Amino acid sequence: MMAGDKEGLFSQKNRRLLIDPLDDDNPITVQVLGICSALAITVQLKAAFVMSLAVMFVLVFGNLIVSLLRNMIPNRIRIIVQLIIVAFLVILVDQVLKAYAYDVSKELSVFVGLIITNCIIMGRFEAFALANGPWKSILDGIGNTIGYAVILIVVSFFRELFGSGKLMGYEVLGHKGKTLAESTGLYHYGYENNGFMMLAPMALITVGILIWFQRSKNRKLIED
Amino acid sequence: MEALGSLFVRSIFIENMVFAYFLGMCSYLAVSKTVKTAVGLGAAVIFVLTITVPVNYLLDTYILKEGALAWMGPGYADIDLSFLSFIMFIAVIASMVQLVEMIVERFAPALYSALGIFLPLIAVNCAILGGSLFMQQKNFISITESTVYGFGSGIGWFLAIVAIASIREKIAYSNVPQPLKGLGITFIITGLMAIAFMSFSGIKL
Repeated sequence: MMAGDKEGLFSQKNRRLLIDPLDDDNPITVQVLGICSALAITVQLKAAFVMSLAVMFVLVFGNLIVSLLRNMIPNRIRIIVQLIIVAFLVILVDQVLKAYAYDVSKELSVFVGLIITNCIIMGRFEAFALANGPWKSILDGIGNTIGYAVILIVVSFFRELFGSGKLMGYEVLGHKGKTLAESTGLYHYGYENNGFMMLAPMALITVGILIWFQRSKNRKLIED
Repeated sequence: MEALGSLFVRSIFIENMVFAYFLGMCSYLAVSKTVKTAVGLGAAVIFVLTITVPVNYLLDTYILKEGALAWMGPGYADIDLSFLSFIMFIAVIASMVQLVEMIVERFAPALYSALGIFLPLIAVNCAILGGSLFMQQKNFISITESTVYGFGSGIGWFLAIVAIASIREKIAYSNVPQPLKGLGITFIITGLMAIAFMSFSGIKL
């Protein structure tokens, strides 16, 4: 701490930690971290929410623990120590999910375990928590998870809506009956769900289009 | 033999780690700028997967599964240590990757410096942990099956990264719109490749 120079809890720099990952420094579209789960979990909005909550728990507490221990971890074994911290937190999350939200945990299946190798977690440990204080690390964890969650929610919104006509399990485009006459809403006019959106390749293409959109608006992010 | 062959082909094409399950995407996207680095990383992934999946299978069958500890004595038969799977698998993977790193540094120093940070990052490559977790889900009956699965998954990943690297090298001279350059177009191309790989699911094996 510099003499007499204490930053407020929500100073300008700290607020930037919360806001930057939303656009300029988004973990998925800019830092290229956490892609695997962003693609696999986005078939339904509900799963995307639960995954974001799980990642927030692991990243915030993980960042906090690593930051508190940062001066004590020997450099040679720091990856192993980080892995142990993450594995411990993920086991906690996995057991809680299995106990209180079994059907969602079945849907997420191996991807809960894969939070351990979710590059966002290790990436933020290495890039931030190892070199910064606890409060800043918590904010960094929250900011990055929100950036991650925004992408997950946008992608799963489009995939669930166009793929099955539902949002969070509720039919929003009308109900599809056996004949046109029986169907309500858009289905009455002959609209059909685009089942392909629910399949793996469309996740990749949707994220690609999202990146295109983001970089057209935010010219700073264009690669050359 | 026939079952092993079909498992092998299935894990390369139909249940491809990249195109069907999106595992290992971060290093897939980051290391695919040139074919050379892609081949190096792909080979390392094949090696690590072929070793870690059978080792984790043994760990799972004889220590972690429910009732697995029965060989120690009848009193131990109800212990279920499967909640420790994550930590144990990751420990095995981290040590294997350390081993691979030492071997590559000794026998292929040029490749070692070309891969840089991505070699130790294989330890946190979701494809490796994913391979072990899927193996646990699939309940293989023998170590041969799990080795074939590990090897096949590695080859599938290798195929994917070498393919995207070759395509990226070619499109370096194309007219990609500015906002799409680099990451965006890679996602879209991978999506198209995933659609192509879906055609394999029609094969009756």
